[in-house]
Amino acid sequence: MPHDDHSHSLLPSDPALRVKALETLLVEKGLVDPAALDEIIDTYSHKIGPQNGAKVVAKAWVDPDFRAALLADATSAVRDLGYYGRQGEHMVAVENTATMHNLVVCTLCSCYPWPLLGIPPGWYKSDAYRARAVREPRAVLSEFGTTLAPETKIRVWDSTAEIRYLVIPERPEGTDGWSEQKLAGIVTRDAMIGTRLIEAPE
Amino acid sequence: MSRVHDMGGRFGDGAIDPNEPDEVFPQDWHGRALALTLAAGGLGQWNLDISRHARECLSPKDYARFGYYEKWIAGLTDLLVENGVLTQEELITLTPAPNSPLQERKMLAEYVAKILASGGPADRPSDIPALFTVGQQVTTRVHGNTLVDGGHTRLPSYARGKTGWIIAHHGTHVFPDSNAHRLGEAPQPLYSVGFYARDLWDTAENPEDEVVLDLWQSYLEPA
Repeated sequence: MPHDDHSHSLLPSDPALRVKALETLLVEKGLVDPAALDEIIDTYSHKIGPQNGAKVVAKAWVDPDFRAALLADATSAVRDLGYYGRQGEHMVAVENTATMHNLVVCTLCSCYPWPLLGIPPGWYKSDAYRARAVREPRAVLSEFGTTLAPETKIRVWDSTAEIRYLVIPERPEGTDGWSEQKLAGIVTRDAMIGTRLIEAPE
Repeated sequence: MSRVHDMGGRFGDGAIDPNEPDEVFPQDWHGRALALTLAAGGLGQWNLDISRHARECLSPKDYARFGYYEKWIAGLTDLLVENGVLTQEELITLTPAPNSPLQERKMLAEYVAKILASGGPADRPSDIPALFTVGQQVTTRVHGNTLVDGGHTRLPSYARGKTGWIIAHHGTHVFPDSNAHRLGEAPQPLYSVGFYARDLWDTAENPEDEVVLDLWQSYLEPA
């Protein structure tokens, strides 16, 4: 049977104190290494984030063979670039076109491709996004300032299993001849989730 | 019946605020909560599905009032006690009992990078053959977890009893409905299944829009 009793109510109610109390208890008990916690926080604060996914998208824009490999087997394609790990064990890349826009959500929790995008932003984890993205994606997009052409259909991916989704946004006009590195600089986290488009450069 | 986390399609949540601090962890304790959850998971006393279910088992009142990492820390605390890693007495007194047998499993800082980079794939070999092919019409079952009443499932309420089509077959994956309750990994075929918005919602924004869910074979039957 699922356990519906709640030991957490025994800890202090202030969340910062609650975390501190639990950490102190586990460290004193010899079960947690505080330096390991620092290392995990440093990894997701500085080493793993949307800059990884941006490099993947930029490469897909300039390299047709890589794009084909990414669409065929994203797990292998991004692993070859060194991107693999927790919450990115099974990757699928989905490509936006003039007729199809992709949007990613996890209605049941907050599944997200950590090795490519890092830790999800607050809005991705919010009740409002989780509840509404599947039922009214166009209204949700409008709150990000994103409007699609009427003929563009939306496909919302609800990440209900261990498959993690990366949206390949459309490459904007006015970027012909740009280097992969320069292109990676305009690829945003939100565009790789599907809530924003990438604007043409000024 | 559903649990509080199963909110896809729900009305009443209001607008989304897409603008927020640039920091990955806006408050220091957010990062500590995430790291503590990963490090405690490394003790090997539960799996990912058990961990998700612990957060889903928060009372609706707590789930609604807790922030994201408050849910994590509450779920973690409940798991630590349920699995005998900590006792309620230790939580109340904040005084640890000595000589935990799990000390040798402590995640050390020097192994963190390797552990995070190696991940935990969910695909497993299975003798269960794939019953469906890409393009085939399928209907989802109307029940949630059929193994444990009120148990963990990855078939959201909004997609139950609905007809869609197979978009992709992902091989055989660990079945969360079983694994979350220590009933075995029970791997079975996993598919991406597409549904038209008009078949999911009373009033769709655009009836031709689609929602795709990753669903296990036992959630599905031929349409």
